[in-house]
Amino acid sequence: MVELTLPRNSKVKTGKRWKAAADAKSGAVKTFKIYRYDPEAGGNPRWDAYEVDTSKHGPMVLDALIHIKNTIDPTLTFRRSCREGICGSCAMNIDGRNTLACTKGWDEFKGDTIAISPLPHMPVVKDLVPDLNLFYAQYASIEPWLHTKTPEPDKEWLQTPKDREKLDGLYECILCACCSTSCPSYWWNQEKYLGPAALLQSYRWLADSRDEATGERLDAIEDPFKLYRCHTIMNCAQVCPKGLNPAKAIAETKKMLARRAG
Amino acid sequence: MSQASAGAPDKPKKGSKTPKPPYVKPMSPHLQVWRWHVTMLGSILHRVSGIGLYIGAIVVVAWVAALAAGPDIYAQYLTYAANPLALVVWVPLSAGAFYHLASGLRHLLWDTGAGLTPKTADALSTLSIWFAVIATIAFWAVMYLDGKVQL
Repeated sequence: MVELTLPRNSKVKTGKRWKAAADAKSGAVKTFKIYRYDPEAGGNPRWDAYEVDTSKHGPMVLDALIHIKNTIDPTLTFRRSCREGICGSCAMNIDGRNTLACTKGWDEFKGDTIAISPLPHMPVVKDLVPDLNLFYAQYASIEPWLHTKTPEPDKEWLQTPKDREKLDGLYECILCACCSTSCPSYWWNQEKYLGPAALLQSYRWLADSRDEATGERLDAIEDPFKLYRCHTIMNCAQVCPKGLNPAKAIAETKKMLARRAG
Repeated sequence: MSQASAGAPDKPKKGSKTPKPPYVKPMSPHLQVWRWHVTMLGSILHRVSGIGLYIGAIVVVAWVAALAAGPDIYAQYLTYAANPLALVVWVPLSAGAFYHLASGLRHLLWDTGAGLTPKTADALSTLSIWFAVIATIAFWAVMYLDGKVQL
């Protein structure tokens, strides 16, 4: 349901300000305004501001976060793993857009302050860590594996290079959830609408020449909410850190359904 | 509502009393922090203009109904409709119609699977908005110069 404002327990209050160290290089200091929520302390979430000497850490926003955790405030909590844009762990909202902290340079932001909050409209576990259980369940619901009926071949399931090309722009998805949590339709209807990431993956199997469950797959998503809550708002394609286009995949899925209906 | 969604309480642990607050996870900020793309603006304007046109349909039906109700009532409708204050209704209504038309064509193209790269989608959305602005100004300028609208 559309709720433009945050619930009362989720309103973000002003928090602590961590001043830059006295020996910080002037001109190199940037303020990172970071969303903080501690489930053990309770209360409302807050914006903490960290003044950071950016000459002391690497070029990416993730470098800044790790620097803050290591040297300023060890309680800051966030997910990270590969630090090279392939695991999708450090997806978060940076300066109003969802992206991966590890592939976004802090110098790409012009202002003195960079605001960082968890992926939007999600239940927050702690600080920058959102609860992605529903997101993963939605991915599982599209049965993301090859469905076949013909007897298994002796070796692998063959595919022409041309058919393989149809999976380009689909298989690269790292399930970071940047797209789904950027989508206002997903914000308002996340219990019923599958969201861009799950639908891109759904199309990845619909487009696979080796898959033999196309009909069943289409049956499963032909639903006013699961698929048709996409209103081509395009936030998904705008923010995908891998440059993929869920909106296009959803349009192709709708075309397949229209063609099937004759 | 599903267990994982925001605002859903976590199950209290067995044997323990209801957990101390907070047992409801807060919802992360969305519209409060989001920096809009023009495609998002285009989408919400499509919705808003669509709702506006529903109201517009009532005004148009009232016009036809007044026509059917006889010359006296029709004359009265025209007096109301030609009142300069009625421009507060007509101008946004025409803007909504122009925007919805352009934006509708944009959606029609998208439904074929074309024009969906962020760059093209941005351009189409910007174009729809400018078309509505320019068409509305041009339409009312012509109406005014033609003497059909008096202020």
